[in-house]
Amino acid sequence: MGGAMLLKETGPREVFCGLTSIVWLHRRMPDAFFLVVGSRTCAHLIQSAAGVMIFAEPRFGTAILEERDLAGLADAHEELDRVVKDLLARRPEIRTLFLVGSCPSEVIKIDLARVAERLNSALGGRVRVLNYSGSGIETTFTQGEDGALKALVPLMAQSQDDQLLLVGTLANAVEDRLINLFKRIGINNVSSFPPRESTNLPTVGNGTKVLLTQPYLTDTARALINRGAEIIKAPFPLGVEGSRLWMEAAAKAFKIEENLIHSILEPLIIRAQKALQPYKEQLSGKRLFLLPESQLELPLARFLQRECGMKLVEVGTPYLNRELMQPELELLPQDTPVMEGQHIEKQLDRVREKQPDLVVCGMGLANPLEAEGISTKWSIELVFSPIHGIDQAADLAELFARPLHRRNLLNDKTLTNV
Amino acid sequence: MELTLWTYEGPPHIGAMRIASSMEGVHYVLHAPQGDTYADLLFTMIERRGRRPPVTYTTFQARDLGGDTAELVKGHLREAVERFQPKALLVGESCTAELIQDQPGSLAASMGFNIPIVNLELPAYSKKENWGAAETFYQVVRELLSNLKSEEKTHDPQAWQEQGRRPKVNLLGPSLLGFRCRDDVLEIQKLLNEHGIDINVIAPLGSSPADLIRIPEADINVCLYPEIAESTCLWLERNFGIPFSKTIPIGVNATHEFLSELHQLLGIHSYNPKKQTNQSRLTWYSQSVDSNYLTGKRVFIFGDGTHALAAARIAKEELGFEVVGIGTYSREMARPIRAAAKKLGLEALITNDYLQVEAAISEAAPELVLGTQMERHSAKRLGIPCAVISTPMHVQDVPARYSPQMGWEGANVIFDSWVHPLMMGLEEHLIGMFRHDFEFVDGHQSHLGHLGGSQNQTYEQVEEGTITTNDSALTEADPIWTTEGKEELSKIPFFVRGKIRKKTEKYARQVGCRKIGSETLYDAKAHFKA
Repeated sequence: MGGAMLLKETGPREVFCGLTSIVWLHRRMPDAFFLVVGSRTCAHLIQSAAGVMIFAEPRFGTAILEERDLAGLADAHEELDRVVKDLLARRPEIRTLFLVGSCPSEVIKIDLARVAERLNSALGGRVRVLNYSGSGIETTFTQGEDGALKALVPLMAQSQDDQLLLVGTLANAVEDRLINLFKRIGINNVSSFPPRESTNLPTVGNGTKVLLTQPYLTDTARALINRGAEIIKAPFPLGVEGSRLWMEAAAKAFKIEENLIHSILEPLIIRAQKALQPYKEQLSGKRLFLLPESQLELPLARFLQRECGMKLVEVGTPYLNRELMQPELELLPQDTPVMEGQHIEKQLDRVREKQPDLVVCGMGLANPLEAEGISTKWSIELVFSPIHGIDQAADLAELFARPLHRRNLLNDKTLTNV
Repeated sequence: MELTLWTYEGPPHIGAMRIASSMEGVHYVLHAPQGDTYADLLFTMIERRGRRPPVTYTTFQARDLGGDTAELVKGHLREAVERFQPKALLVGESCTAELIQDQPGSLAASMGFNIPIVNLELPAYSKKENWGAAETFYQVVRELLSNLKSEEKTHDPQAWQEQGRRPKVNLLGPSLLGFRCRDDVLEIQKLLNEHGIDINVIAPLGSSPADLIRIPEADINVCLYPEIAESTCLWLERNFGIPFSKTIPIGVNATHEFLSELHQLLGIHSYNPKKQTNQSRLTWYSQSVDSNYLTGKRVFIFGDGTHALAAARIAKEELGFEVVGIGTYSREMARPIRAAAKKLGLEALITNDYLQVEAAISEAAPELVLGTQMERHSAKRLGIPCAVISTPMHVQDVPARYSPQMGWEGANVIFDSWVHPLMMGLEEHLIGMFRHDFEFVDGHQSHLGHLGGSQNQTYEQVEEGTITTNDSALTEADPIWTTEGKEELSKIPFFVRGKIRKKTEKYARQVGCRKIGSETLYDAKAHFKA
């Protein structure tokens, strides 16, 4: 293991729960519907995290538990059947229905697996019903995607064909670009999971080599291994270096000649580094504090430190999967404090004490920190933006340079006006 | 179990957070899992608060459930009191914690803290945000005044006269995430000051526990937002004999009435509404010839109870609109809304389902929608101008400028914000009229998007976009539009087209006409004028 200093902390946390991933999953698979079985809080959380407004009838909703549902579980099951039937009658275009467990449904032990099974036989294959938990007592933020993907794994057909499987939601344009690059390297059979259509699932089997695009897919990775797939160990495709190592690892797994990889990636790398340069100048030497939220913190810290010259004050992460994160940890400088878990108050005390130039944090914390004079970057933006791959490295850096640039602009203005 | 795609109100503990965050010197320990911390962003993003809400979430996890969650709660309570040194502690639970029954309020009471502890029991599976806010405010006031009860039994709201001081009132109800509360409070303060009335306490917004203890020093209470403060005002009346005002000063007439009510309660006899200067421009703007075109505009109103009621009154009495639909998402306000609807000859729409509201708007074919941010979206889809009059809050509802709804300036703000969308609608029509002129630059952008007048709409486009949304249940008895009839209809400005179409169809059915041509349109027009 590399030089990172691994620390742990417990206490009050300030993190989204796994339900939040529905916000991007429903966009990725437009033929799927995500039905949270939960409370008004769940409904309010998703609509607040989704940017508060809905421009059309959304492909997610909440079956809100009411007092009489709590009184008798048998009735709750019947009620859920009724809600699902109403929903499917209203939205006949739905092909896959995810029943998503929440904190209250987990605590009162509604067996969503059984409900899904019963509905599947009742619906006779017209709609596939799956279940997973996005509850905040078990999952944080991006872990919801892990749960949803894991639920899909058993539906993937078995195939021994050699293929590269990219696992984790990517922006469509980025996905197309990466697949295209893999083809140029000579890996022709590339699939993505999750697919853009929920019914168009890729196959899996002994010939499948999995390249994770996102760092939060622990359970999905395990489920794929159980189906015969092999996980390619690599850092995550953020930044020029990370994306290069990620693609090289795949190429190596497919025994592609090193010269070929090099000749294809080299011009991209030179171009990307050139594009990165102005942001590197703005970010270099600046001190960065990452609060735990999206689970992207480690790869981001690695990119911002190694390629943009930022200094790492503290790298928070909601939880640490040492195995998947090992390549990332190895690339961090000696003694970088990596804090697993959270005590929000103590962590904010450290932020105030160390006065970093930039804090990566959740939306709830951003304005209070800004009001204290500390620049921030919302971590939720990182799960919506196309940031993966060599070509996106400069865009990714720009996301972090912008708050600093803005602060400079506003400060300069104040000075001239005074 | 209720299928919800979007909800107007959050759960009741969000209401409790609104009270706690509005106040100074209180802290709220909320027994809740980590996901519930999303609520902070409502305050820091939507209201742009530069401070975190004063809330400690216990963020218990599944693995804690096997052990002693009560111990975990106590740890958080101890830490929160030590760190934040609150003057009063609120303790409660969110939906999930309610199920595991740790009784955090009782735990806190047993820990020997030397501060008032307010135990909040807010049933998450049956109640909603506004109820939670009202209950929290009531419980906080009750707890803080619990020692005073026996001393102050008699209360004379006109005692100020003998005591040789100006009368003073409390403004109760303004809170964070309430619609324009920040500016309403300033406007009402200004208004009352002009009438020689002082403010004793404003709560919960900006008040401390010490302020709340001073509540009984006021002569009367002003209940500004019944959704939040009515239960507290009733309790203060019952236990301290302090009367409270019931008129909500939104609109010119209501502001007059509000002043009369206050003067009467306080025993000031100098107030004569006829003599008092109406400082709002709304009255004259509404009388000026330019406003002729506002006559009989059909408006659909939906929002919280207080703002929907006020909007209906202003629309009818002060702007000369016709109210064609009214409703609310707050069940607590269903009764007054139903009564108001009945007076208007309408049936009130009481629902939390935005799709049902959208269907009702489509059916009523109004020319202006006054609603929440969600109705603004629905209206946009239907191509109808809209102004926002009520919560749920959106970042756009917290403008940088002074923008109250109450008092004289509030009436000005309301005139502008309701009439501008209508003017824009008229502008759309003009753009449509002039688009055949050679000087016209094509691609003129419409604020109503594809439904505005800038595009050469065929009847089919119009129908797809605005008209058929609610007509899936066409029956054989329904008349059919001929091509010629459709063409005639498409010449009518889009913002009245829906109304004309409905009226014409109604006429056609009445007279048993099966095919609507251009003559039918003119027949209908004459028929309804007659």
